Amino acid sequence: MSLKSRSAMVVGAGIAGIQAALDLADMGVKVHLIEESATIGGRMPQLDKTFPTNDCSMCILAPKMSESVRHPNITIHIKSKVESVEGLPGDFKVKIIEEAKYVDPEKCVSCGICEDKCPVKVDDEFDMNLRKRGAISRYFLQSIPAEYTIDKEKCLYLTKGVCKICEKVCPAGAIRYEDVDKTIELSVGAVILSTGIDTFNPIHFGNLGYKRFSNVVTSLEFERMLSASGPMGGHVVKFNDHKEPKTLAFIQCVGSRDESIDHNYCSSACCMFAIKEAIIATEHIKGLKSSIFYMDIRAFGKDFDKYYENAKNKYGVQFIKSKVSDISENEDGSLTLKYVYENGDIQYKEFDMVVLAVGLQPRKGMPELAEKLDIKLNEYGFCRSDAYTPLTTSREGIYVCGAMNAPKDIPESVVSASGAVAEATKYLRLERQKLTDPKDAPKEIPVAGVRPRIGTFVCHCGINIAGVVDVKAVAENAKDLPNVEHSEDLMYACSPDGLDIIKKRIKEQNLNRVVVAACTPRTHEPLFRETINEAGLNPYLFEMANIRDQCSWAHQNEPELATEKSKDLMAMAVGKAKELKALDRLPIDINPKALIVGAGLAGMVAADTLATAGHEVYLVERENKLGGNMRNIFFNFGKDPQKHLADYIERVENNKHIHLYKNTEVKKIDGYVGNFETLIVEKESKKETTFDHGVTIIATGADEHETQEYKYGETSTIVTQVEFERMLKNKKFPKKPKTVVMIQCVGSREEGKMYCSRICCTKAVKNASVLKDMMPNTNVYIVYRDMRTYGFREKYYTELRDKGTMFVHYSPEKKPEVTLVDEMNPDSGVNVTVFDPIMDKEVQITADMLVLSVAVDPKKDNIDTARMLKIPLNADGVFLEAHAKLRPVDFATDGVFLCGLAHGPKDMDESLMQAKAAASRALTFLNKKQILAEGTITEVNDTRCTGCGYCEITCAYNAIAVDPEKEIAIVNDALCKGCGACVASCRCGALDLRGFTNEQLYSTFDSLALTEELEIF
Amino acid sequence: MKDWQPKILAILCNWCSYAGADLAGVSRIQYPPNVRVIRIPCSGRVDPLFIMKTLQSGYDGLLVSG
Repeated sequence: MSLKSRSAMVVGAGIAGIQAALDLADMGVKVHLIEESATIGGRMPQLDKTFPTNDCSMCILAPKMSESVRHPNITIHIKSKVESVEGLPGDFKVKIIEEAKYVDPEKCVSCGICEDKCPVKVDDEFDMNLRKRGAISRYFLQSIPAEYTIDKEKCLYLTKGVCKICEKVCPAGAIRYEDVDKTIELSVGAVILSTGIDTFNPIHFGNLGYKRFSNVVTSLEFERMLSASGPMGGHVVKFNDHKEPKTLAFIQCVGSRDESIDHNYCSSACCMFAIKEAIIATEHIKGLKSSIFYMDIRAFGKDFDKYYENAKNKYGVQFIKSKVSDISENEDGSLTLKYVYENGDIQYKEFDMVVLAVGLQPRKGMPELAEKLDIKLNEYGFCRSDAYTPLTTSREGIYVCGAMNAPKDIPESVVSASGAVAEATKYLRLERQKLTDPKDAPKEIPVAGVRPRIGTFVCHCGINIAGVVDVKAVAENAKDLPNVEHSEDLMYACSPDGLDIIKKRIKEQNLNRVVVAACTPRTHEPLFRETINEAGLNPYLFEMANIRDQCSWAHQNEPELATEKSKDLMAMAVGKAKELKALDRLPIDINPKALIVGAGLAGMVAADTLATAGHEVYLVERENKLGGNMRNIFFNFGKDPQKHLADYIERVENNKHIHLYKNTEVKKIDGYVGNFETLIVEKESKKETTFDHGVTIIATGADEHETQEYKYGETSTIVTQVEFERMLKNKKFPKKPKTVVMIQCVGSREEGKMYCSRICCTKAVKNASVLKDMMPNTNVYIVYRDMRTYGFREKYYTELRDKGTMFVHYSPEKKPEVTLVDEMNPDSGVNVTVFDPIMDKEVQITADMLVLSVAVDPKKDNIDTARMLKIPLNADGVFLEAHAKLRPVDFATDGVFLCGLAHGPKDMDESLMQAKAAASRALTFLNKKQILAEGTITEVNDTRCTGCGYCEITCAYNAIAVDPEKEIAIVNDALCKGCGACVASCRCGALDLRGFTNEQLYSTFDSLALTEELEIF
Repeated sequence: MKDWQPKILAILCNWCSYAGADLAGVSRIQYPPNVRVIRIPCSGRVDPLFIMKTLQSGYDGLLVSG
């Protein structure tokens, strides 16, 4: 029995660290989130948009950042570093050093006056040094925590003992120069590392002109230039003449796939990153022409190839497969690129601006961190992990996620984060959490049928509001608004003093609704709701008027009009407040068992993870054998997949918590999160079994594409990679393979199936390597479109090249042609004719065997599973997750998760990580006895509902459905997210959204009495 | 009519446009003070009837953003 603790530590608060912390916290674990910089968020806030959906990066990240800072189980330590980790897994003693911040976070209101007045200007690393910031600053405008901190290396007072301006100007008295570094000791059961990566500094390559020529920038600098909140406000201009560029060149693989600098790996994200920037830049600058200079376009992720095709066809981005050898600057600041095609042809072309798609590399300081934590690094300096344990470091109890152990994009980082949490649970004491007993909750004053008595409070926010808005006038004006019984202004409404006054007034004046006019409800509504609840009011009897972020800060030069606007916003909030009703959040019971559909690698790993955490699992497999597609994999670069498969099968078959049903189909799944009921049928005996469970994980896998191209099926010498791998294992071939040709992308990346099957390039490289090792004299030709050996797989590609394998590039317009040497004799050998761009002519290869790298196809019956669970499929027939970037293993429907090939083509280590991630996400529900439904959900007026079903079609969460017997719509409180789309769709006025009812909104619209001024009628 | 200023109501989705309006403030981007904002949980909540209602309430213009 290993030691276990209730606490864990996550080091590095980028998206991976945030996800890991949130998952742990939702399982009831106390998390310490350690971050070296002054904010959580990591790299994502620097990105303008994210591929392939072009979502605003900050918009999708911000809710997760706020959730982390508000989560009662998460303690964030910014400006902190881990000093040591001693002890045993389950009982680590950690020492961290928290740097002095010199600003009291309790007092700072993040107004920014200090930074404005700070005489020191330093390079702003968030904006890639394209902008300056003060020595006292906020890392970026939406950083969390929001409070300012002082850079002690740059502050005049802290370095030279003069200045102290910030102390003088701070309206909140928050500056504390006497602050000192603190050492904090923690006891944790497990550690998750997610310290991220750095981008490569292209200054190493003088020929590319970085920092020598003004219009050569890195892709991350360009990202900031594109960002609306960046140093150029989103208007990209050249640095020499401040005019918009008309032509743009992207140079790929700068610092990646380069043995000369020991970066013999692919950075995985830069191709897509560059395509995205080219697209966004084209959207910003009319008529812009972008060209991307590349070796291989590695658009291997889900829906990436469609994005790539779109860039070519819709945005006119030009892709030039060549190597840029030199850049020179012209007098007008433009740049001339010298580049070499595959056939040796040298070309020159002029561009206004050049973006270097810089690769990813281990973070600075990795060796020191590794030493402190006693973990090992790999040959490139990334944290070391193994193909079958991609989430564990060399030290037991310390896990790794994000790009720290291998280049990853955002969804892979999120998957690995949830996966690492599943690993860490081994040393964490998880208990099913109960909700707070209703007996212990504060007794609420009943308000139904009682005349509204509203209290209004107007916040000065120091001078942030009061410096522009006449706060006293707003408070005075509010006294005359309908139902307002009390109104006053407060210096800082959110300070402990301010909150006490609000509570006191509620009691003194018998207030039953509260309105605060202050900063913004997005940050402060939860605090005020909690406060009025402490005073006995239902938390939903609160409304906020946004008079800082959306008024005083936006109209700094128009104090009178800003005051008028504040009065109006207050009147509107009061208008809504008088219609507010107390809302309840209903508890929903969670059944602690899980259903997993499919017992391939992903399904088995997920089952094993959940069972190890103590949950009963129903694992249903339609075939007679476990293992799915993994049963066909015999080689994995020196590691034996079958041994690992056998281990997993043994663990699954022998775990008493796993109820295994082979040769069985799922017939029906009913219910919702926490309360599913499933019917399964044994295929032969037709025996039916029904069971209840709380979550469902879809791990139904995928199929090998059945091709009819390239004469497949006409001879035993033309085979698929899967068939060839089996031949390699048995060392039995239909014909001695003296010459073998492999054709890539058979059934992938073409019209109607515009996706990359991701694994086939690596599989071809792997099988070719095995063959070359077995028979070194064999000639192998790989006929490919782009070699997509991403990440550390690149090494195997270069090794295979060194072994003398020929790679012949083809384009889809000129596909290879296959004929039999003797059409009368199927085993006579195969002629493959292909246009070779290096030789610049058509070549014919006569081979003994032809191996086809066929696509990974979605299961044909995915549609049935999708209908059963009411979950969506994408255009290719693959299951569609809740969010491509940040919820990669969740469905929009709560309680249903996804992993393995059912989510899209992926390698074994990736399926394994995703299975752990799905299990981890499932645990965030299974570890709770109950969850609370939202208060702001849809309600149905039964007498008005006609059962037309429009709401059911509209709802994205399957939260509302027409009851076939009663013929009226029924809302599932557990699933309703309170978006209100169904309410707008309802034609009979039967639906309304609690907290945003028609009555409340109409009252808000009408609260300004504007009609009196109109004399039309 | 020279001094006449329109009163515009903006109905903004909490997750994107309302957050955008906050960011404009945090960034101190200045814009005319004619707009009054109502926060809603999703632009899907907006019923076509709202448009009639807001105009009836006397607003000169309506911005729905989500």
